[in-house]
Amino acid sequence: MNTLVVGALTFWAMAWWFNVRLSKLPQNRLTALLQPLLFGATLLVLWELLVRGFQVSPVLLPPPSAIGSRFASSLPILWTDLVQTFFKGALTGYVIGCGSAILVAVAVDRLPFLRRGLLPVGNFASALPIIGMAPIMVMWFGFDWQSKAAVVVLMCFFPMLVNTVQGLLAADHLQRDLLHTYAASYWQSLFKLRLPAASPFLFNGLKICTTLALIGAIVAEFFGSPTAGMGFRISTEVGRLQLDMVWAEIAVAALVGSAFYGLVALAERAATFWHPSQRR
Amino acid sequence: MRRRLASGSTVPILTIVGFIIALWYVMAVVLNAPWAYDQAGRQGVTLDFGGLVAATWSQDRPRLPAPHQVATEFWNTTIEVAPTSRRSLVHHAWITLSATLMGFVMGATLGILLAIGIVHNRAMDASVMPWVIASQTIPILAIAPMIIVVLASLGLTGLLPKAVISMYLSFFPVAVGMVKGLRSPDRILLDQMHTWNASGTQTFVKLRWPAALPYLFASLKVAVAASLVGAIIGELPTGAVAGLGARMLSGSYYGQTIQIWSALVMASILAASLVALVGLAERLTARAMGARP
Repeated sequence: MNTLVVGALTFWAMAWWFNVRLSKLPQNRLTALLQPLLFGATLLVLWELLVRGFQVSPVLLPPPSAIGSRFASSLPILWTDLVQTFFKGALTGYVIGCGSAILVAVAVDRLPFLRRGLLPVGNFASALPIIGMAPIMVMWFGFDWQSKAAVVVLMCFFPMLVNTVQGLLAADHLQRDLLHTYAASYWQSLFKLRLPAASPFLFNGLKICTTLALIGAIVAEFFGSPTAGMGFRISTEVGRLQLDMVWAEIAVAALVGSAFYGLVALAERAATFWHPSQRR
Repeated sequence: MRRRLASGSTVPILTIVGFIIALWYVMAVVLNAPWAYDQAGRQGVTLDFGGLVAATWSQDRPRLPAPHQVATEFWNTTIEVAPTSRRSLVHHAWITLSATLMGFVMGATLGILLAIGIVHNRAMDASVMPWVIASQTIPILAIAPMIIVVLASLGLTGLLPKAVISMYLSFFPVAVGMVKGLRSPDRILLDQMHTWNASGTQTFVKLRWPAALPYLFASLKVAVAASLVGAIIGELPTGAVAGLGARMLSGSYYGQTIQIWSALVMASILAASLVALVGLAERLTARAMGARP
């Protein structure tokens, strides 16, 4: 067993040395990609070797290879869980929550009085543990995906609202005056100036909400769910001490979460190419 | 005075809050009406509007309790009961708060240390930073039950497992904010330190750290709110023993909606006071450093 531990430490030292050497090279795309990859691989190898070396019980922490094989052998289950939790629960709630927040923000923006009141209240509500509403939503909307979507709507609404309201203030006076001299109507100036000017803020909110949506949908399933879904699977498999299955679900969640975030970030790059933070 | 009221945000905020409470009462009538009609039908009485309102605002297990019901329950479980009793909400809030604070301190320390390493070591910057970001794609709240179970089988129970979840949630905003903050001094200021022949430690203590403080406090506010959420979720799988999360879970098992709502109110009060405390610390630090309001 000790050879494995020694091997793990040796690998770690070698990878670290190699990484330090890499960071001294001139930076280009390859080294920028290689370094985090090497670090990640080191973590996986260390995990595998240490778990085997110290003979950690798979009930506590399964090695990555076991998780990988479990992942490969239970793809159909993982897929149904993904559809139930992500596509039905999280995505529906994300669209409804973010969409309604944008509409409310645009409506409120016409009345400065309401805006002054709504910004502090929205900021306050964004800091609240809204995820605690999950049991109530499950009570109201039943066990299926509708209640999960409702939790996601609640979680996404306030961060998105605050970001949109702030974004709509982003166009400066010179630009607004210019549109005024063009005799632009309210809707023209909204669509041609203020919404585009607000889009960095909009995308900031949209990106924050991607992670909130997935977490909300999974946690809401702890309070009651049909016999499918990532949160349901995690809580039941923890009860059966099948931790490799749990880790496989976590891997799915991490992959889907990153992909969702990445998609929104790509859309952001396409839509706000003019913004200083996107220029290269 | 009148002008100040009109231009400030007090009146608008009160308007919005009043509107929300009014909407809450209306929703309570709408959501609780089926049950009220059902009860009235069984007793063979017809409900007029006043009777309907009275019936929907005073149910024992309403779908949506009216605000005053939540306020009464909140009052009864905080003031009327001794804070040491297991029925006291203060007792549960304290359990959650202690886990929150422990996780927050651990997370903030870890975040600051990581940021210092990332700013001062190029290899760490290139290899660790992407994984700090990737670590947040794991929905930690979703695997909180597993972490609690695994740590419990290692013999760790009580405060620490919950604090670990809080730590995981709160280290990220601090690390990202501090990296930004420690890098915020201009090239020209760093060069100035260089011409004074300042050592790395001196540059850190006299330039980078003070420059990073505004960023630190901004991320601490986010971190403390996240930390509270982590502690609450961490309490769910402990079998509804103690803490605000346990109150919510047991409330949802037994259909005690008023209990869930009062736990939510308590959690909101905690979140607001924690964020306000960090804000106060921020103002005090800024004043001590000579900032003019």
